[in-house]
Amino acid sequence: MSARTGARLRPQWRRALAEPATLFAKLWGSHVVARLGPDEDLIAIDRVFLHERTGSVALKSLAAAGRPVLDPHRVFAVTDHIVDTLPGRTGTRVPGGGVFLTATRDETQAAGIKLFDVDDPDQGIVHVISPELGIVLPGATLVCPDSHSCSQGALGALAWGIGSTEAEHAMATGTLRMARPKTMRVTFSGNLGPMVTPKDMMLALIARHGAGGGKGHAIEFTGDAVRALDVEGRLTLCNMATEFAAMTGFVAPDAVTFTYLKGRRYAPVGDDWERAMAAWQALSTDGGAVFDTEITMDAALITPMISWGITPQSAVPISDAIPSAGESNLTEADYRRALDYMGLESGQMLLGTPINAAFIGSCTNSRLSDLRRAANIVRGRQIAAGVVAMVVPGSSAVRRAAEAEGLDRVFLDAGFEWRMSGCSLCFYAGGDGFAPGSRVVSSTNRNFEGRQGPGIRTHIASPETVAASALAGAIADPRGSV
Amino acid sequence: MTAFPPVAFVSGIAAPLLRANIDTDAIIPSREIRGVGKTGLAAGLFASWRYHGVTREPNPDFILSQPDYANAIILVAGENFGCGSSREHAVWALHEFGFRAVIAPSFAPIFQGNCIRNGIIPVVLAAAQICLLGREVSVDLMTQRVASGAHSFAFAINPEAKAMLSEGLDAIDLTLKHAAAIAAFHAQDGQNRPWIYLEARP
Repeated sequence: MSARTGARLRPQWRRALAEPATLFAKLWGSHVVARLGPDEDLIAIDRVFLHERTGSVALKSLAAAGRPVLDPHRVFAVTDHIVDTLPGRTGTRVPGGGVFLTATRDETQAAGIKLFDVDDPDQGIVHVISPELGIVLPGATLVCPDSHSCSQGALGALAWGIGSTEAEHAMATGTLRMARPKTMRVTFSGNLGPMVTPKDMMLALIARHGAGGGKGHAIEFTGDAVRALDVEGRLTLCNMATEFAAMTGFVAPDAVTFTYLKGRRYAPVGDDWERAMAAWQALSTDGGAVFDTEITMDAALITPMISWGITPQSAVPISDAIPSAGESNLTEADYRRALDYMGLESGQMLLGTPINAAFIGSCTNSRLSDLRRAANIVRGRQIAAGVVAMVVPGSSAVRRAAEAEGLDRVFLDAGFEWRMSGCSLCFYAGGDGFAPGSRVVSSTNRNFEGRQGPGIRTHIASPETVAASALAGAIADPRGSV
Repeated sequence: MTAFPPVAFVSGIAAPLLRANIDTDAIIPSREIRGVGKTGLAAGLFASWRYHGVTREPNPDFILSQPDYANAIILVAGENFGCGSSREHAVWALHEFGFRAVIAPSFAPIFQGNCIRNGIIPVVLAAAQICLLGREVSVDLMTQRVASGAHSFAFAINPEAKAMLSEGLDAIDLTLKHAAAIAAFHAQDGQNRPWIYLEARP
């Protein structure tokens, strides 16, 4: 926090900053435009990102109200949610989905907003391309009408998901009216074992504390196991904060972050880069700062995880049996409903459960490092007969980089589909989908009932576990695959 | 500009849907979102549970298909209601169906924010209190109390949310009263953090 920034702050924040402060307090405090009430502030929003599914509604509504976008240069848009991901694509396979693409194109053009459209070399999933392009930056506030916006906290930003109406507000005023969230620190101490990933860290956290466990908190992820992650791993970690019912998650920026960002298209350059670095290096929690809630997890005890139910909290170490109702942290009725939907039985082992499909993609696990790790497992091998398996790179840039390394050949030779970038079958919007009743092992973030299609049974896991399971034709432990 | 009709007192039939972690994909599946707008969504509300497969015949076992609850105005649910996708369509669909309040032990944060901006009162009560609610329930936002039969419970809601709902305020109108403070912030911040302001960039 620079002295100049401190001088601009209101007295209560100056006092707060004189005491040991959390990173959250620094991020929040430097964006307070006005106090609205005892627990509410008007918060400056540095970046707004939109996608066609929810952003189009916001732009149309704003235009209909005759309200201009305050600063279109700080608003970005992308088509990712319902775009076709099969090669040769031109639009969407979702019945009636074309209007979302058309509206996004028309409204962004009218408002002077940069759109990364389906044929743009920088197109991809919003939470993949925003870091790739240096649009999200340490110390910045970023909002997007998409729940996984919390992913972008990985860069040391305060980034969170909002509704379309809030997106209108952010664009029209450059601010949001916000109640101050509670703070939480989640410390992953120790080191991860082989084939254990940030996805497994988050599934372990959510399984232990429940899908509501992060209840509205702003969560700082820290500890040796977090520090050891590259930016892509941190993006996976923060991505799942919303599955924990948190407002957001973030990681204090460090040399790993700065090295990642330098030279990216919208990152600062020249003197601005030097000044930004000086400011960003102060973005950490002071020793002695107090959080509303603290959770510690021993990273060394985490194993590959997989979900068995219909909420991310219903996940277990992959070699475990499905827990009993009493151990499940669900009501008896919710437990029965989950097992009925998933076609599983209490006490059943998950390993060896036959699968129909395997999906590697989504804003959780579709970046180059995810694809490299999955490719290491499938290289030179074949997926099981009858399994439909696909890889959907998170962005067009990831796709190009993967192809330059020959990863597309690795997956294609093994029997995977190699698709164009987008959200794809992370959720079902109509059109493209898995065969009815399929059991899918998926590197996505949500195993909700019907999320990947009516009756589709989703098991969420790391890309490694998805890859190993595709080869085995059944749920498989990636640690036994190489 | 009024965002939606004010909602300060809601009284009527409360439909219990006592599952935990009801997500916005369940409230309105993505395939039910067919237009770039905020209307035409009530038919898709809880579509996966309310209808049988592709035939779309009503599932008589689902609470909102039952005549006793077809006119429900309050939804009573389990913890972490509205988790998942940020899609505001979930709130628009609930509102269009007729709901003006949802009572649950906890809400997902984005969903809760969306309620406040669309005329649905998000009421947090303890699970033990929720168990005591009957078919007829009233929610009084002004006194912050829920009543049902002989029972009456207080609930908390932040003052901003209360004002937005009870007066049907438009948040943008309210915030534009701070236009001078916003401009001053940007002017100063542009000096401190010029890299945030991208006018000169591609």
